[in-house]
Amino acid sequence: MNYTFSSKTRNICLALIAIGVLSLVGGFLTDAHRTWPSLLLNSFFFMAIGLGALFFMAVQYAAEAGWSAAVKRPMEAIASYLPYGAAFLFLTLVLSSLHLNHLYHWMDPALYDKTSPDYDEIISGKSGFLNVPFFLIRTVVYLGGWILFLRAFMKKSAIEMQGYNVSNWKSSQQLAAWFLVFFAVTSSTSAWDWIMSIDTHWFSTLFGWYTFAGFFVSALSMITLITLYLKNQGLLPEVNDNHIHDLGKFMFAFSVFWTYLWVSQFMLIWYSNIPEEVTYFMDRFANYKFIFILNLFLNFFFPFLVLMRRGSKRNYNLLFFVGIVIIFGHWSDNFVMIMPGTVKEHWHFGWVEIGTMLGFLGFFGFIVLRSLASRPLQNKTHVFYEESVHHHI
Amino acid sequence: MSRKVIYGVFEDEEILLASAKALRSKGVRIKDVFSPFPIHGLDPVIGIKPTKLSNFAFFYGMFGTSFAIWMTWYMMVHDWQMNVGGKPSFTWLQNFPAFIPPTFELTVFCAAHGMVLSYLLVNKLYPGRSPHNPDLRSTDDKFIMEIQTSENGKIAEDLIVSTLKSTGAIEINHKDLN
Repeated sequence: MNYTFSSKTRNICLALIAIGVLSLVGGFLTDAHRTWPSLLLNSFFFMAIGLGALFFMAVQYAAEAGWSAAVKRPMEAIASYLPYGAAFLFLTLVLSSLHLNHLYHWMDPALYDKTSPDYDEIISGKSGFLNVPFFLIRTVVYLGGWILFLRAFMKKSAIEMQGYNVSNWKSSQQLAAWFLVFFAVTSSTSAWDWIMSIDTHWFSTLFGWYTFAGFFVSALSMITLITLYLKNQGLLPEVNDNHIHDLGKFMFAFSVFWTYLWVSQFMLIWYSNIPEEVTYFMDRFANYKFIFILNLFLNFFFPFLVLMRRGSKRNYNLLFFVGIVIIFGHWSDNFVMIMPGTVKEHWHFGWVEIGTMLGFLGFFGFIVLRSLASRPLQNKTHVFYEESVHHHI
Repeated sequence: MSRKVIYGVFEDEEILLASAKALRSKGVRIKDVFSPFPIHGLDPVIGIKPTKLSNFAFFYGMFGTSFAIWMTWYMMVHDWQMNVGGKPSFTWLQNFPAFIPPTFELTVFCAAHGMVLSYLLVNKLYPGRSPHNPDLRSTDDKFIMEIQTSENGKIAEDLIVSTLKSTGAIEINHKDLN
């Protein structure tokens, strides 16, 4: 069966994109300081959802998982947003490097000048790693590497659709293994570069995992949302309650995983109370207290208590709603990761932020749904398709 | 009326499953199935209700959480205030991030132990209990279906036996309970 990207859905996406463009243009004209972090936030967040879906797809191959073959197309479609999100993110980072904005405090050359009153000894000490050329090289390696892996996966997927082919599946598995090795390192280091370096003095050794946990659970929720959307249209008849239940379990489990890392990061810093570490949370408690605490409810208590029951993971409407809450919750978690270091107490949550988010959401939806419509939804010659159709738990 | 038990012995779990479906479609109630391993999809066929163990687990976990909160409050705040790492415990709420690990551990501890003990109690599995397995081969390579005639008053025993035979039971044993 094929998904048709109807003109009505297309118009909704285009309308959202228009809102986003208007918000960005309006934002830059009225208050550019407020708009840049919003651009970075949404470029990163939606790119990371595509990356999370690619990671999940690679895990299916590496783990020889059979159940997920029937939901492979939604994963692929979400992952296909990765190059577009990467382009936005790269553009934003290049513009930062050209000093068109002040997202990254460490990019200010005065910090490294001993004669300058702004000389910062700590940041100067980090200049071996945190300097603009190396930063951009790393960014190219991360984004370029992920996109190359995505393209290799898509090629293998096209062969997969031509006929039952075990050797193609085996080489996909090897590709997945190499991707996971690359991803294991780059998911951490990219989070240090793009997000942790905003609060330049501060560091946390599990920050990479924390960022990963957030975007991975968002990607899992997005896979669930797209699958439920397609099922609602009657397009994925072979995906049964058990597949949905398993996706729900993943959403539940990785919400708990995110919380585990959140507590591990927060509690140790709170307990040891070392000034250079604790400033990170002092900033957030001083100016972002409501949204900081709200994140715990959106990302932990709500999914934990609601998805705990077996029945709620099989209730499509409820699961859809929880998925939206989780994705918004992690968007707002990323908000609290990026805003305090860039706009400090002058933050807003108004038309620029919401409009930019809606614009990126529309663009994301446009790319994902277009990709979904480009190929049949059933991957009938996938090695594990038959196993997946008979999935039962 | 005499109370009898019919044991159908099968060599394969798929044959047993098909046989169970055939029996159920004739209205026969199946008491239990003894198998060396869990048979996928059998529970709804022989009419076993989903377990309530998970509901119990939730309440055991809630008990663990509450107990941990009370315990940390009593030990660290109420009975003898302790100043650990420069964090004086004047109120529980001020210090609660420090109490998250024990709260988590006690929640898991109570949920896990409560579940195991409930499982053993509900299934009457305690030390010294004599084995209730009707046929020791069900722990090796045979699959055994138990049907009690008292539960199937209106259905002739012959019908049960013939259905069992025609659907692939390799052996049928009877036992009188009286």
